Amino acid sequence: MTNYIIRRLLLTIPTLIGIITITFLLMYVVPGDPIRILMGQRGDPATIAMIRKQMGLDDPLPVQYIRFLTNVLKGDFGRSYATNRPVLSEILTRFPATLKLALASMLVASVIGLSAGIISATRQYSFFDYSSMVVALMGVSAPVFWVGLLLMWLFGYTLGWLPISGYGDISYLILPAITLGIRPAAYIARMTRSSFLEVLRQDYIRTARAKGLPEKRVIYIHAMRNTLITVVTILGMELASLLSGAVLTETIFAWPGIGRLSVDAIIKRDHPMVQGTVLFTAIIFIFANLIVDISYAFLDPRIRYE
Amino acid sequence: MNKESVIIESTSYWKDAFRRLKKNKLAMVGLYIIIGLILVAIFAPWLAPYDPYEVSYEEYLQPPSLKHPLGTDEFGRDILSRIIYGSRISLEVGIIAEGIATVVGVLLGSISGYYGGWVDHLIVELTNIVFAFPFLLFVIAIVVSLGPSLSNVFLAVGALNWAGTARLIRGQVLSLKESEYVEAARALGASNIRIIFRHILPNCIAPIIVSATLGMGGAIMIESSLSFLGLGAQPPTPSWGSMIDYAKDFLRTNLWYSFFPGLAIMITVFGFNLLGDGLRDALDPRLKI
Repeated sequence: MTNYIIRRLLLTIPTLIGIITITFLLMYVVPGDPIRILMGQRGDPATIAMIRKQMGLDDPLPVQYIRFLTNVLKGDFGRSYATNRPVLSEILTRFPATLKLALASMLVASVIGLSAGIISATRQYSFFDYSSMVVALMGVSAPVFWVGLLLMWLFGYTLGWLPISGYGDISYLILPAITLGIRPAAYIARMTRSSFLEVLRQDYIRTARAKGLPEKRVIYIHAMRNTLITVVTILGMELASLLSGAVLTETIFAWPGIGRLSVDAIIKRDHPMVQGTVLFTAIIFIFANLIVDISYAFLDPRIRYE
Repeated sequence: MNKESVIIESTSYWKDAFRRLKKNKLAMVGLYIIIGLILVAIFAPWLAPYDPYEVSYEEYLQPPSLKHPLGTDEFGRDILSRIIYGSRISLEVGIIAEGIATVVGVLLGSISGYYGGWVDHLIVELTNIVFAFPFLLFVIAIVVSLGPSLSNVFLAVGALNWAGTARLIRGQVLSLKESEYVEAARALGASNIRIIFRHILPNCIAPIIVSATLGMGGAIMIESSLSFLGLGAQPPTPSWGSMIDYAKDFLRTNLWYSFFPGLAIMITVFGFNLLGDGLRDALDPRLKI
């Protein structure tokens, strides 16, 4: 097991370096002088030249790259052009909001997705099965921002039950969590159904039925266990992508998480902040997937020996 | 062969696949949606009751009526006509952006799977990196740095959406290159390029079609998201996403303005997803559970 974890950890290193490199290049090719943006049109050429020198923007590309790489590895993501605060600390203050939203929508998604998936699988080809799978496919097909607006109209404007946008007590969390949870709920429902159907077809299930176990026990104890392995992986992967910030949902609901921070930074051309958020979310994604892989290996011993 | 052998009319793989597809009602619904979309896009000038750019300040923000079936926007433009013209943009995005992504994905995937070694490592690593990036954020960053426009959306989506196809094709090529008929072709002296393009890729056509169909829906969704953020189609071009971007300011009083363009996106993407799922079942019977 330890071997597996170490091997898996080592495998992330090239990916991490690749991500840092691409993020660096992405911002380097961006047209527009960052100093001009920083100073507006007022700055006189001498000051600009001085600041450029100070920030090391005149150094050759490889020098800048190595500096960027070592700084990032030390946890220094630079300073925001807009606020002059360290990028990483700004990101970290926003992270709890994203985490809260991600966990809440994960809860929504797994409750809806798991129950719909299991009911569909146990009643394959029934009306419920058909309609819930069609609804799931529609959930995947509906644009997130549109779903958010419709919910906002219904529960915010028309019924007046929930706040329309902003950040505060739990009532503010409900609409964004549902909006963000619909897509993963649909995926989870589809995957749960198909993996459950696969498990139900296996010999040990037939054995369990043949020896006269009640159907409830066969489904919820015997079949459930082996389905969970697949489902846990999907939950983990979905959580990983939710954690990397919900750009659209956070924008619509004015939710102060990383997704919105990054969109704001992109619009303001706050390069270090853009770099920082892209890098941070990519790293979170990689480590979340790493944890999923490792827990998968715990659940399924075959993985460890591959 | 003796004379008594029963002659069974042979059905080709494609005929057979189409027969299976026709039996799948949901897939056919998807196919009809897409055919409908294509027809609407082609015949937009004849179908649209009004000029989608025609401004009429006396008729701003009208609710649906006989005169304007889906109402009008804040400039008094007919929403139905704008949605009809918007189908052209969605279809373009689907075809061009996903087309780029598919070509790149198939090329990289087959090179990676066929040649192996360090090329394979490099491409697999690149795929992992693309997968690790927050997709939408990355597309936004690229589009902003190139400048917001529809053609840059095509480029950004094409440049990033290939990874899934590449991974899929690599897997297919890996198993096919060990097969006997490829070995036979090699023994006959066929070049690597010929083996890839004439012998291996034709056998990957089913997964390519499936992933391109599903990918088109995905590309349309990304374009509408970017246009919603004001980064895609620029006004006054009628794109479904940007229509919702403008409509959201009137959400409280004028729900239909946001509702119909979003419905158009959902139905379109739904069509591609239904057809993609159906094609997967029809083209590869082994995958059907």
